[in-house]
Parts: sequence; structure tokens; C-alpha cells
Amino acid sequence: MLLLLTLFLPLVFALLTYLSGNRFAKYIALLGGLVVFTCCSFLKLALVHNNLAPLVFVHDWISNPHISFALNIDGLSLTLVALTAFLVPLIIFTTFRKEIENAKAFYSLVLLMEFGLLGVFMASDGFLFYIFWELALIPIYFIALLWGENKDAAFRHRAIFKFFVYTLAGSLFMLLAFIYVYQAAGSFAIADLYNLNLTDKEQSVLFWAFFLAFAIKIPVFPFHTWQPDTYKESPSAGTMLLAGIMLKMGLYALLRWLLPVVPHGVMLWTPVVMVLAVIGVIYGSIIAIKQDDLKKLLAYSSFAHVGLITAGIFTLTHEGFQGAVVQMFAHGFNVVGLFFAAEIIFQRTGTHSIAQLGGIRTVAPKFATCFMIVVLASVALPTTNAFIGEFLLLYGLYEYNTWLSVIAGLTIILGAVYMLRMYQNVMLGETNSLTANFEDLNWKELAVFVLLIIGIFEIGIVPSQFLSMVQPSLDLILNYSLR
Amino acid sequence: MNTLIYTSALGLLCMLAEMANLRKLILPIAVAGLCVIFGLNITDWGKNTTYYHNMVLTDNFSVAFSGLLLMLGVFITLLAGNFYKNEESKISDYLAIIIFTLCGALALVSFGNMAMFFLGIEVLSISLYILAGSKKKDVRSNEAGMKYFLMGSFASGILLFGIALIYGETGSFDLGVISNYASATHPTVLFYAGAGMILISMLFKVSAAPFHFWAPDVYEGSPTLTTAMMATIAKIAAFAAFYRLFSHAFISVFPPYAWVFSAVTALTITVGNFTALNQDSFKRMLAFSGISHAGYLMLGIISLYGKTDNAIFFYSFAYGISSMAAFAIAIVVAMNLGSEKIEAFNGLGKRKPFLAAALTIAMLSMAGIPPLAGFFGKYYIFSEAIRNGHLWLTVLAVINSIVSVYYYLKVVLAMYTKESPETAFTLKPAYSFVIGFCILLLFLAGIFPGLLTGLL
Repeated sequence: MLLLLTLFLPLVFALLTYLSGNRFAKYIALLGGLVVFTCCSFLKLALVHNNLAPLVFVHDWISNPHISFALNIDGLSLTLVALTAFLVPLIIFTTFRKEIENAKAFYSLVLLMEFGLLGVFMASDGFLFYIFWELALIPIYFIALLWGENKDAAFRHRAIFKFFVYTLAGSLFMLLAFIYVYQAAGSFAIADLYNLNLTDKEQSVLFWAFFLAFAIKIPVFPFHTWQPDTYKESPSAGTMLLAGIMLKMGLYALLRWLLPVVPHGVMLWTPVVMVLAVIGVIYGSIIAIKQDDLKKLLAYSSFAHVGLITAGIFTLTHEGFQGAVVQMFAHGFNVVGLFFAAEIIFQRTGTHSIAQLGGIRTVAPKFATCFMIVVLASVALPTTNAFIGEFLLLYGLYEYNTWLSVIAGLTIILGAVYMLRMYQNVMLGETNSLTANFEDLNWKELAVFVLLIIGIFEIGIVPSQFLSMVQPSLDLILNYSLR
Repeated sequence: MNTLIYTSALGLLCMLAEMANLRKLILPIAVAGLCVIFGLNITDWGKNTTYYHNMVLTDNFSVAFSGLLLMLGVFITLLAGNFYKNEESKISDYLAIIIFTLCGALALVSFGNMAMFFLGIEVLSISLYILAGSKKKDVRSNEAGMKYFLMGSFASGILLFGIALIYGETGSFDLGVISNYASATHPTVLFYAGAGMILISMLFKVSAAPFHFWAPDVYEGSPTLTTAMMATIAKIAAFAAFYRLFSHAFISVFPPYAWVFSAVTALTITVGNFTALNQDSFKRMLAFSGISHAGYLMLGIISLYGKTDNAIFFYSFAYGISSMAAFAIAIVVAMNLGSEKIEAFNGLGKRKPFLAAALTIAMLSMAGIPPLAGFFGKYYIFSEAIRNGHLWLTVLAVINSIVSVYYYLKVVLAMYTKESPETAFTLKPAYSFVIGFCILLLFLAGIFPGLLTGLL
């Protein structure tokens, strides 16, 4: 029951938000986000009470073809549900400072997106998973299309359209793959799919049908070309949703729906994926160094980070899996913090161009401190969340192949180069006409940063509690992946 | 059977009402009549009877499709009231012809005999020829009527020739007899030639490539309400007849023609889609997208070995309902702005959020985005095609689905991101009702597809 409540509350609140009119929309939306977060805390209690055995809800939905409305919460799902439930109200809160045109539509789309995302992370029936996967795409398409802030509308439409077509193209092949495995298994239930025995040839083709959908969403090199422009053109709340939560859909799906379903296909194609992922890591980092646009720099850095997570998942080791989950969670916090900082800078100076900025620290010390902590977290300084994640990821990669881990390890150095240089150029030095009157953080903005920073250190200092919760589900997935 | 009789009677009543000077009442009578017939139709569920020596078969297939067609007929009738408001003196004629079109369609989903089948096709087509050319002073409507008539009668000729050949070989018009003959003996080349001719005329009627050339011009030139009938009622009835004919009578001639079916399917989906990309008239775009939808339905036809009637029904339902919503909105926009171009939709999101949202949902359903009915329809058709071993055709269909997003979203983009001058905009309650009801059905069938999947 609690599962259903958590899943459907965003939908209910999306409707309420729309009906409440433009003036109250944001308050209702925030309330909705917080209620869902509360539900999510109860979910955690329930899961712990259940000795980490999955919480399940199954109800027959369609008799022919056989599809059930099956939800499942285990440690892994809960991690991502919690990430969503925490970030969505926070993202809603970041938009409080400004007037949003047609606010009721905007906020109800955000909550609708939350509904889709929660569904993706909870579904344990392939068909249901697919529906939620697509459902999450529609709201973000409209958010990015209609509320983007850049002047060049035609360019934005093209960029967002590309994003839509790209991701939809990927998912349609996933649909084909699901239809195919349904014919083989006679069911969409995840347990039946895990126990399928497909031939190696089938698995090797199915692997790509699934992987394409996930790789585009993540994105993995060379399927990333939609990403930088989409991040840049979306309104900042949209970018946070995309980078903070939506790309985790792809990573989560790799763990839940790819590795255990077609293990032999994975075995066959792992070297290719590894190479692509590591290319992505290095390529993203190098391009990030050369970026002048703050949002694009962050987009490429995010691209590099998820490349490393993908590589970690495909090591098929305990450490790789753990690192991936920690880093998914950590990346959500860090990237939202970074994009929020970029948004604050844009609000006050009207630019994302790094070259035009400088000296903000002298006029806005609180902002400088918060931004610094988030930057350090994203370059994986010890005691921050990303350190645990990247350390485990690189360790897993080392177990898989020494050389790959050495190359991928460069990301830490390169990451430090572009992030710190960005920080230096934006925050340090002399103030100029744009930044001289930079207002420091107000309490609302400070509150967002404080919440994020608490999260950053909590995972960074005491990761063990977190890890023990996801361990059972990761063990299960690893067992099926190595069968 | 009863459905067909009552509907014909209602058509006659409409014509008589004209004489009795009941013009004002005729629309409510027609709508109420069709609703009652819809209800009576449902009571035939599960009856499986035949009438007049197998002339008409009433089974679940015919009841389900009749229900869908009657529902679409109610929508069309509701829209007709306002659509023909400038020609109020002729409203009873128009309504009578619309209802006769429906009779033809009903005959097409319930025939058990080639004679009945031909009769259905002709009643449907002749009514539509008249409606297509019904704007006497509009050159394009004249052209559409003429073109449709010439091409249609040509196809009917081929159909009749095919039926004659089949009769010459089997000595019967009865589907059951034909089927028994074909499976018991080795049919000669005459039989195959006859079946091939019937196939060609059916492909023409459902506007499958390469027999689709008439469709865009006819769709564009005809009055929009008539276009809506061609795209929904006529196409769905033709597909139901297509399925019935080939699954009842010609299943044994299927193998030699399998490659024809595959080629036609691939061609129809692709040609329809890629031509739709560059259209700037909304009606023309819908015409081409309708061709590609015919291609998806063909995927169901080529898998008919595996009993795909339910998938075809579901897809027809989703396609018919979303088309109906799209055409209704197109009529409203054309009435207010006098244009059928996609540009006419500019800024609709600000002016009429309800219409814009409804059209967005209709377009997303056609593009196959969950949780709308169109998605489940596509899923169902694809999954039946894969089950019957048409993997590569399905892959092609999937690629085409991706392409189709481009033109469906073009309208959505126009509505939400382009600006337009403020003009007065009126929306009649009948239109709001039809559009709202269609959207509701799209959600309902998308979220609870089980309501329709277990039917046949």
C-alpha cells in the first residue's frame, strides 16, 4: 500500500497543482514533493523492518497479453527513489525566487516527471517499466521546450527535438527487445526474465536493443550528442532533473534490466562497452576543459562521470556495483549543486560565459564557500560522497583491467583541472562590471546548499550504512549476471 | 444483422423527415437512434448466428467492429450539425448519406458472402463519392469527388472481376464454401488470379502503397468531415473486411502471396511516413500518416495466421479515436481561421489550451507514446507480428515510428512555441464533447487495455 501511495502521490499532486492556479502552484508542488519524501522515509523504515527483503506489490493489470502492475522496492530501488524524492522538492524550491510563466503547468509537469521517475525505479514488470520510462520523457520534453531561457528559440527547439527523437528511438528498440523476451518467457515479470535461457546469439542481439536505449539516456559515448545542447537550453530546473535524476534511469536500468537478463550478451560485448565508456570519460573531460559556457562545461563533466559509472557497472564486481550505486547517488547531489550555482550566477550576471566572470568570492563569501564545497565534492576529495564512489569504481575497474583503470583514473586529475580552473576563473581574481554587485546568497538559496552539503558529507563519511542496505539487491543482480 | 437493418431504417427515416419538415429534430433523432443501435448491437454479443443462408454473420468480430463504427458514426453525426450549418436546408440529405455510409461499413464487417461484401463496399463508396464532392462550388471538392469516383470504380471493377473468377472456379459466393473448396482441392490458377484481384482492390480501398495515390488529394479536397469519415469509418471497415475475407475464405492462398503482403506492408509504412514529413497542410499530413497507419494494420493482416483480429481491432480503435479527435480539432481551427495549414495551429496553446492539449494527446497517441491507446495498439500489433515471425518488418515499423514523431510533433511545436495574432475563437459544445470524449477514451484504453484485449 505504501508503495502505491508513494508512486501515485506525485500524480495526485500534479493534478492538484494544476487546479490550484498559477499563484499557489509552487506551494502545492513543494508540499507534494515533501509528502512524497515523507512517504519515502517510511518506505525505508518498512524495508529495514522487513530485514531488507524486498517490498512487493503485485496486481493483475492486463490478462492478455499477461501484464501485471508489479512494484518492487529493494535497497537499490529505494536508493534511487530516495534520490528522486529528495531532489524533486529541492529543485522545486530552487525555482521559488523567480516568476515562472504559466506556473501551474510547469510545476505539475515537474511532479508528473517525478511520477514517471518513481515508476521507473519501482517497476518490476518489463512492460510497466517501459511505460514509465516513456512517461518520464514527455514532461521533461515540454519543460525544456517551453521554459528554456536562451534567446535563440529556433535553436532550442531543434536541440530539444533532437533529444526527444534520440531517446525515443532508443526506447523503441528496447520495446522490441521486451516483446522478444516476452515471447520467450511468456511473461514480463522480472523474475521470469532473470531465469530465461536464451541462446548466445539471441542475447548478443538483444543486448544491443536494450543497451541502445540505456546508453542514449545515460549517455555513453558516442550516443551523447543530444546532451550538451539539451542541458544548455533547458531551464535550470529542467537541467537539474535531467542530470540529477533522469540519467540515473539509464544506469539503474543497466543494473536491473540488462545485466541479469542477457548475461551472455553482456559477457560478449563488455570489452566494447568498456572501451566506449572509458573513451567517454577521457573525451568528456578533455572537451570540458575547453568549454567557456558554464552549463556546457558541467554537461561534459557529467558526461565524463557517468562514463566512469557505466564502466564500473560492466566490471561485474562487487566494488564496481557498489561504486556505481554510491556514485549515482552522489552525482545526483553534486550535479544539482553545480547547476544551481550556475543558475545563481546566471540570474545575477546574465551570463554563463566563464571568461566574462571573476572575483565573485570577494563580494559573495557565502556563495563562494558553498560552491567550493560542491566543486570539491565533484572532484572526489576525500570525505565527500564522490570520493567513496570513484574510489570503489576505480577499484572495480582495476580488478577488471589494470590499464583501463589507469586511463579512467585520469578523470580525477582532468576533473580537478577543469573544475578548479572554472572555479578560479569564475570566483577568484578581480571583480568586473558584471560581478561587482553580485548579491550573496539569501536564506532560501543557502538552505538548498546546506541540505545538499549535508548529503555530500553524510555519504562521504559514513557510507557503510548506505552500502549495507543496497548490498542484498546488488548480490542478487551479480549472481544472475554471472550465471 | 439487426444492427444493419436498424441503421438502414434510420437512414431512410432521415430522408423521410425532410418531407415531414422535421429538419430541426433530425440531428437529435439521428444521434439518439445511433446510440440506441449501439446498445442493441451490444446485446448481440456472443450470439454467433447467421442470417439468410450465410449472407450475414453475426459473431463477436462483427459486433465489436460494428460497435466501434457506430461510435465513430455518432461522433461524425454530432460534428455534422455544426459543420453543415450554412446548408441547413440539406442537413437531412447529408445525415442520410452519412448513415448510409455507416450501413455500408456495417455490412463490410459482418458479411458471409461475396455478394454482401461487394454490396457493402459499394454502399460505402458511393455514399463517400457523393460526400467528397458535396461542396459544389469548391473546385477542389469537385476534383476530390471525381478522382475518388474514378479510382474507386476502377477498383470496384477489379474486385468484381476477382469475385467472378472465384465464382467460376468454386461455383459459390459463400465464404465457407470457398474456404472448403480451397483447402480440399488444389485450386487452379483462376482461383489465385481471382484472389489476387480481390487483394489488389482491397489494397486500394485501404490506401496501401503502391495503390495509395488517390488518398492525399481526395483527403485534402473533400470537406473535412468527409475526410474524417474516410480516414476512420471507411478505413477501419475496409480493414475488418480485409481480415475477414482472408482469414475466412482465402487463408489457403495466403502462402503464395506472402511476399506481396510483406512488400506492400514495408512500402506502405515507409512511403506514408516519409511523405508525411514534408507536408504543410494538416489534412494532407494526416492523410499520409493514415497511409502509414494502414501499413501498421497490414502488419496485423500478414500475421493473420496467428489470429490477430484482436490486435487489429485494438489498433483500429486507437487509430480511429485519435484521428477523430484530430479531425474534429482541424474542423474547429479551419472554421475559425479559414486555413488547414499547420501554420493555422500557431499559438493555439495560448488561445485554446484545451484544444491544444487534446490535439497534443491525439498526436502523441498516434505516435505511440504511453500511456495512450496508440501505444498499446502499436505494442499489440508489433508483438503479434513478432510472434508470427515477421521480425524484420517489425524492426522497419519501429524505425518508421521514430520518423513519425517528427511530423506529429511539428503540430505540437506550432501550437506551443509559435505566436499568432489574437482572433476571436468559438468552440461549439458538440465539438468539445466529441474531442473530450475521444481523449478520455484514449486514456482509458491506454491505461486499461484489458477492457478491449480480451474481446475477440
